[in-house]
Amino acid sequence: MSILVNKDTRVLCQGFTGSQGTFHSEQAIAYGTKLVGGVTPGKGGQTHLALPVFNTVQEAFEATEADASVIYVPAPFCKDSILEAADAGIKLIVCITEGIPTLDMLVAKEKCDQLGIRLIGPNCPGVITPGECKIGIMPGHIHLPGKVGIVSRSGTLTYEAVKQTTDHGFGQSSCVGIGGDPIPGSNFIDILGMFESDLATEAIVMIGEIGGTAEEEAAAFIKQHVTKPVVAYIAGVTAPPGKRMGHAGAIISGGKGTADEKFAALNDAGVKTVRSLADIGSGLSEITGWTAP
Amino acid sequence: MNLHEYQAKALFAEYGLPVSKGQAVDSPEQAAAAAADIGGDRWVVKAQVHAGGRGKAGGVKLVNSAEEAAAFAKQWLGRNLVTYQTDAGGQPVSKILVESCTDIDQELYLGAVLDRATRRVVFMASTEGGVEIEKVAEETPEKILKASIDPLTGAQTYQGRDLAFRLGLQGEQIKQFTHLFMGLAALFQDLDLALLEINPLVITSEGNLHCLDGKINIDSNALYRQPKLQAMHDPSQEDEREAQAAKWELNYVALDGNIGCMVNGAGLAMGTMDIVQLHGGRPANFLDVGGGATRERVSEAFKIILSDENVAAVLVNIFGGIVRCDLIAEGVIGAVEEVGVQVPVVVRLEGNNAELGREVLANSGLNIIAADSLSSAAEKVVAAASGDSK
Repeated sequence: MSILVNKDTRVLCQGFTGSQGTFHSEQAIAYGTKLVGGVTPGKGGQTHLALPVFNTVQEAFEATEADASVIYVPAPFCKDSILEAADAGIKLIVCITEGIPTLDMLVAKEKCDQLGIRLIGPNCPGVITPGECKIGIMPGHIHLPGKVGIVSRSGTLTYEAVKQTTDHGFGQSSCVGIGGDPIPGSNFIDILGMFESDLATEAIVMIGEIGGTAEEEAAAFIKQHVTKPVVAYIAGVTAPPGKRMGHAGAIISGGKGTADEKFAALNDAGVKTVRSLADIGSGLSEITGWTAP
Repeated sequence: MNLHEYQAKALFAEYGLPVSKGQAVDSPEQAAAAAADIGGDRWVVKAQVHAGGRGKAGGVKLVNSAEEAAAFAKQWLGRNLVTYQTDAGGQPVSKILVESCTDIDQELYLGAVLDRATRRVVFMASTEGGVEIEKVAEETPEKILKASIDPLTGAQTYQGRDLAFRLGLQGEQIKQFTHLFMGLAALFQDLDLALLEINPLVITSEGNLHCLDGKINIDSNALYRQPKLQAMHDPSQEDEREAQAAKWELNYVALDGNIGCMVNGAGLAMGTMDIVQLHGGRPANFLDVGGGATRERVSEAFKIILSDENVAAVLVNIFGGIVRCDLIAEGVIGAVEEVGVQVPVVVRLEGNNAELGREVLANSGLNIIAADSLSSAAEKVVAAASGDSK
């Protein structure tokens, strides 16, 4: 078991023949992901990485019965790509691209919600179920099939958490990067709910950062609905207010969205918080009683 | 990206919204000429900086003659204005807005922001204008009236009317407010705004609505499709090093500590600052070198970090996911040699070929300290910055 993707997930790639699409599709195929084809308008009928290329997502969907699509197209075209995949009937859309205008995301997210489509990202590393399916730009080799579900707003911090859970021998059930933008397709609550019902997930690592109130909302949700142990880390205790810290969504504005507020909300919800990102693995050991094998 | 008040008002005027007759000038002579050109016998002169609180700081003045307008311009042009929203150095004043004076009966507030929790652009209006709206929201949240915009249908006139009635506006003011609301909603949408604020929106002594101030912030991700707004960019209002970093597509934010940080990934960059502080050090900056930590980018990042003379040691923290750490190590060595880094550099490499990367660093013969874990890297850099060579 796992969440969102598994060994049977049939994946399309939008922006397939571009440099990013090509590189990460090669990596995904090497990892064992069931990539079934790609879309690049104007290159339909060609073959790329020994897979069929289609002009439209609709054609690709009809020919391949894909369950998921990963988007590597440049930011100015992402709204169109997300809406195209949604319209074609793709049930899971993972958008990796960074730098999409916020107003574009408001429309794309609203439309996906109305159609009941799960959107992950943008500005994220993607989704992986170790040993089964890798959709995105994360390095496959640091993962280990296992029992910890990881959800994070940051790519490289996800890798840190993955590495620690691998080094401790716990492994991961699935890892989801929800992305660093102010309007993410999925938020912590969406993913926490999935991990709570997933049989393979025995504990959860949640990695947040300054800006917005997604962590506070997650804390309230955990208090009510999550019975599995949760370890949380929030980045940006030292971030000054009013400054955007790299991610479009990582900004303390009007005194709101500080790391301390988020830590406090999570502590209050019974979550094990760690102040050092190096302590995620040991924090898990502490609350689960697990020891390295 | 922020705009100046005079730029925001020019955009309001384009959308047919009521603003004062005014001119932005950059010399005392022009200030006097502008006053004469605008006409009347009273003017408001306003220093143009990207910060609020200008009035209290002396950056806004009511003047009764062209000479006074010129004197105000002379006083402020080329100097820095310090307000409660700026740092201690203040922001440089390079333009003065000269405006006709408006007689005020009442001050309102009207603004629009992206509300992340509801994923909507939300308009906020209040009868409590002219003051810090954050305070109003904190102390009397019931006095903030809201209208949430559906991203698929856009703003509707009934929403403007609703706000107008709830604000207690009368007669012609209802129409004026609705026009204003629809105009601002169009402006927000057309120009990819992230924030819009009119504080105060006033009712003049004649009973008409009038935009007395204007604050606009644009979504940086959308600047590529807003060439007109790109041209309004004023780099003098930004930190010099931050602007330099942006040229290389590096995300840099200056802080006041002495440990320079160079990291790949925004989240890890914040986490690195935090762990430095946790070990008793103070980070000098946030810097995300991005996914491809190449020699060229690392060199530029070093130059920017070291241009801050407080920096006593640098921590390089790279998680090499897909890139090989030995290649990153070579990049770091090349950059340290090229830039001529004098302070100790602690490097933590993790991921692909990490051990090989550490070996390459150890054998470089340079003042580079290789760390094998994040905690030990933080400890080592804190020690190095305090002159402790252990």
